[in-house]
Amino acid sequence: MRQIWIITKRELQSFFDSLTAYIMLIAFLGFSGLFTWLYGSDIFFTKQASLQTFFGVSYWTLFFFIPALTMRQFAEENKTGTIELLLTRPVTDWQVIFGKFLATLLLIAIALVFTLPYYITVAKLGNIDHGATIMGYIGLLFISATYISIGLFASSISNNQIVGFLLALAIGILFHFVFGFLSMASSGFVSEVLYFLSLGAHFESISRGVVDSKDIIYFISIIFLSFVGTEAILQKNRT
Amino acid sequence: MDIVVENLTKVYGMQRAVDNISFRVNTGEVLGFLGPNGAGKTTTMKAITTYLIPTEGNIWVGEYSIYEQPEEIKKRIGYLPESNPLYQDMPVIDYLKFVGELQGISSAKIKDRIREMVIVCGLEGEKHKKISELSKGYRQRVGLAQALIHDPDVLILDEPTAGLDPNQIVEIRELIKKIGKQKTVILSSHILAEVEATCDRIMIINKGKIVADGTSDDLRKRAQGKEILKVTIEEADTDTIFEKLKELPTVELVDILNKAKNSFEVQSKHDDSSRRHIFNLCVKNGWILTELTSLETKLEDVFRELTYN
Repeated sequence: MRQIWIITKRELQSFFDSLTAYIMLIAFLGFSGLFTWLYGSDIFFTKQASLQTFFGVSYWTLFFFIPALTMRQFAEENKTGTIELLLTRPVTDWQVIFGKFLATLLLIAIALVFTLPYYITVAKLGNIDHGATIMGYIGLLFISATYISIGLFASSISNNQIVGFLLALAIGILFHFVFGFLSMASSGFVSEVLYFLSLGAHFESISRGVVDSKDIIYFISIIFLSFVGTEAILQKNRT
Repeated sequence: MDIVVENLTKVYGMQRAVDNISFRVNTGEVLGFLGPNGAGKTTTMKAITTYLIPTEGNIWVGEYSIYEQPEEIKKRIGYLPESNPLYQDMPVIDYLKFVGELQGISSAKIKDRIREMVIVCGLEGEKHKKISELSKGYRQRVGLAQALIHDPDVLILDEPTAGLDPNQIVEIRELIKKIGKQKTVILSSHILAEVEATCDRIMIINKGKIVADGTSDDLRKRAQGKEILKVTIEEADTDTIFEKLKELPTVELVDILNKAKNSFEVQSKHDDSSRRHIFNLCVKNGWILTELTSLETKLEDVFRELTYN
């Protein structure tokens, strides 16, 4: 646990030192704030005391922002060779992966904490469904964790950050659209399986305030599989 | 801690980078790896650090095997890779702290250790700079500092003096020698003088195999069992001396080095010395012998002989 935290600290430090963290925070708050309060189907347009719009916007903003955060995490170490020094320390591959994962997740959590004023404001304006909102936040954290684990896997594959970014987006799109489209195009059992694989369906039910163990299992399985994949790649690089 | 390498083999595609090598390094020994580029030095070192997983064979560091207890080995090893990779965006002090924490140094001791490393490696003026701002020589010092910070029992240094200026090279060699008294050190280099100056034992690797192993004296003797003398005789005819030298019973070959100065290179037969005979010859003929020195086989020659093909 101590080893994981040491790695997490360094990764977080690196996000803030390189300004990545600040840019990400400002851009995220800017986008989500704009669409929640000022533009499009914002709160004053829908006239509903709910953060549905905010969750929808964040869902997409994070889809693009998280790969930009994770693309560096392994690719840079592969490129400069620091991965070799890191893995010859008394740490396991899993501790390294989990440490990096946790750092990015914490950064996202910080960004979400900064949106709590939205929640408070909306709660003052009308009758907000507290349960649904809290579930919405938890849903965003799960979605973020999923994106991060996919992003780390994509980053570990090569020593090129751009490859890491694009691959993470490609895998994300696969889960978002491809499974959804295929599900609509097919029927019966196959359709159901594909629908289950589609990321959007699970986020939707969570953000509506419905906690289903199926959704949680879905997110955790993707995270777990990405970790296993990343570990396999780290091992492969050493043979 | 002793290092025992047993039948280590590493295959990359079709190429055998390391081909079934076995050796042992004892505590307090500084072993120098010599070899041309691509001989398998770095591969062997990476396998000892547990980073590379061998195709075949096992490595023991103390009582720990790289397969069974890699974590225990990692705690006790200090490693400086060939390219000296460092987190460029971190200040020197922060980086050393990060490494020290990962190596499990307690928070009470870590400040002292960092201070000590900064002094030992001569980083006092640079400690608050970012690593990306440092020159190559200072980066190399940071590389050494990170390898030494947890006071490891085993040190693996891949070309530790690369990029350093001559003064720094001498300093680092002294440091390695000092450290090497209580620890097990393996270092690689292709600078022969360096290996000769720092190492108790030299191992020459070529094409993934060990071609020589011993002290620098051993290696010289093994490569050239014959005595070679430089002889200079004044006030005599060159051709006469040449003929007479050739007639000596122990002499195998005579070469004229410098005709004007009457210098010769005399190679004796195997396990024989010609010094006495040459001296007696001069006395008999009334020649004045002004130089009689034995030419040492240079390590360079040994190296070339063993690795050139």
